[in-house]
Amino acid sequence: MTSTNRPLPKPDEDSDEFWRYCSLHELRMQRCNTCGHFRFRPSVICPNCLSTEASWERLSGTAQIHSFVVVHQQMVVGYDQVPYVIALVDLDEGPRMTTRIVDCEANDLSIGLQVQVTFEDYTDDISLPVFVPSKSRV
Amino acid sequence: MSLAGQYAIVGVGDTKVGRVPEYSKTGLALLAAARAIDDSGLSRDDVDGVLTSQMGGTFIYSLEIATKLGIQPRYTTVMELGGATSVCMAQQAAVAIEAGLANAVLCVHAQKQATEGQRPRHGGALLRGFDEFDRPFGHPGATAVHALAARRHMHLYGSTSEDFARIAVAERLHASLNANAQRREPITLEDHQASRWVIEPFRLLDCCQVSDGAGAFIVTSAKRARNLQKPPVYLLGFSQFHPHRFISDQNADLTSTGAVVSGPRAFAMAGLSPKDVDAAELYDCFTYVVLTELEDYGFCGKGEGREFIKDGRIEIGGSLPVNTHGGLLSQGHVEGMMHVVEAVRQLRGNEVEPARQVEGAKVVLVSGHGGQMSTHGSLILGTERP
Ligand SMILES: [Zn+2]
Repeated sequence: MTSTNRPLPKPDEDSDEFWRYCSLHELRMQRCNTCGHFRFRPSVICPNCLSTEASWERLSGTAQIHSFVVVHQQMVVGYDQVPYVIALVDLDEGPRMTTRIVDCEANDLSIGLQVQVTFEDYTDDISLPVFVPSKSRV
Repeated sequence: MSLAGQYAIVGVGDTKVGRVPEYSKTGLALLAAARAIDDSGLSRDDVDGVLTSQMGGTFIYSLEIATKLGIQPRYTTVMELGGATSVCMAQQAAVAIEAGLANAVLCVHAQKQATEGQRPRHGGALLRGFDEFDRPFGHPGATAVHALAARRHMHLYGSTSEDFARIAVAERLHASLNANAQRREPITLEDHQASRWVIEPFRLLDCCQVSDGAGAFIVTSAKRARNLQKPPVYLLGFSQFHPHRFISDQNADLTSTGAVVSGPRAFAMAGLSPKDVDAAELYDCFTYVVLTELEDYGFCGKGEGREFIKDGRIEIGGSLPVNTHGGLLSQGHVEGMMHVVEAVRQLRGNEVEPARQVEGAKVVLVSGHGGQMSTHGSLILGTERP
């Protein structure tokens, strides 16, 4: 487990399922039972059709880099090891999320590159979904 | 009936921008407000509406500002649209007067980030979504948001760090001519390219200042404005569009702002087009934002911004001077309020240093942009009613 003073998410009524699955190393998001739309961030309502019925479905964990940046100075507590890479990734099922790309050289990254989810454990309850470049690149 | 030209800005005020440790944030707001009242020729008792930004202030902050000015307003509220707040306050003021809620509305914003730091501006709850799904990944906020957007624009349209440099250099040139600017030493394209990476693809000189300062303006009816001490600056066209809260939204387009919707609507309201604009005060928290706004407002096509900004076109003396006060990049970061103040002074024609006066300016576009490329307000100001 990573010992850290990094800021950690504080799950609330809407998001605690998301983080509970992350702690089990499963990337799950709500899928609307009415229209099939995957949504993220967690919410009580589907932004596509306003249905309140949804199921927590497991995602493939495969995504493409939508954009990425390289942080060169410490700006967040606990992130004193620079540089590191922050990215937006588009999951194969549709949703986009903020994450970090780890185990990579920034120079090897590009928009559109395929990446795969992995989890960093911080506490018994909190694991962060981060991504690594996929081994079999298309 | 269209509101085009029915309302006007009749007073503006500001404080020193930069490091101003001798005043509190509320103190700065009150100074700017009092100067705007004085500038307008209205009496304090004529001002019966007060809008403020949230400013990280206390409960019902707009009324605290009003009370300390001796005003018991018929209309007041706090507005929070990030960097779009000031441009949207002007719109809200006009609508409130049209509805009979007030006759003259004072709009105020103050900032105290140079001496108090950036974090305390918002109380914890306001940043909740960011603190849960962005910050834990080492995401520091605005700089990373706009760097992510810039990278996407570079990928799709071939824009480069050298293109961003032209914007930084032009704005610094303008700030060098502005006595109330935080950074006045001119810079070159080479200086920009030699400045260190902050969040790649942004270098230090792609990023705005961190500032103390305040600005204010007063909106009243065109009819009331006619008999005041300074020439009215009319609200010719305005509109807003707020496409998403977070750029991690599945539908968020990182390579455009809400101006793609609000811009054409504001121009249509004014009966004008981009070619009628004499100067543009465009929200510029980072260089890249100016590039995409020029495209979004239709001064050039998508992806053509990098060609458009060449050859000094956005410098004073060029065909479209941008951020004639130096903008957030160099004059200082008062969250877009100074863009409105500057536009009014440019249109009055004799209120800024002669070296940065846009000759014969009749129409100025002002934009506001907030959050994670979330909010956008467009305001077209002019000297003549349609
Ligand atoms: Zn649905």
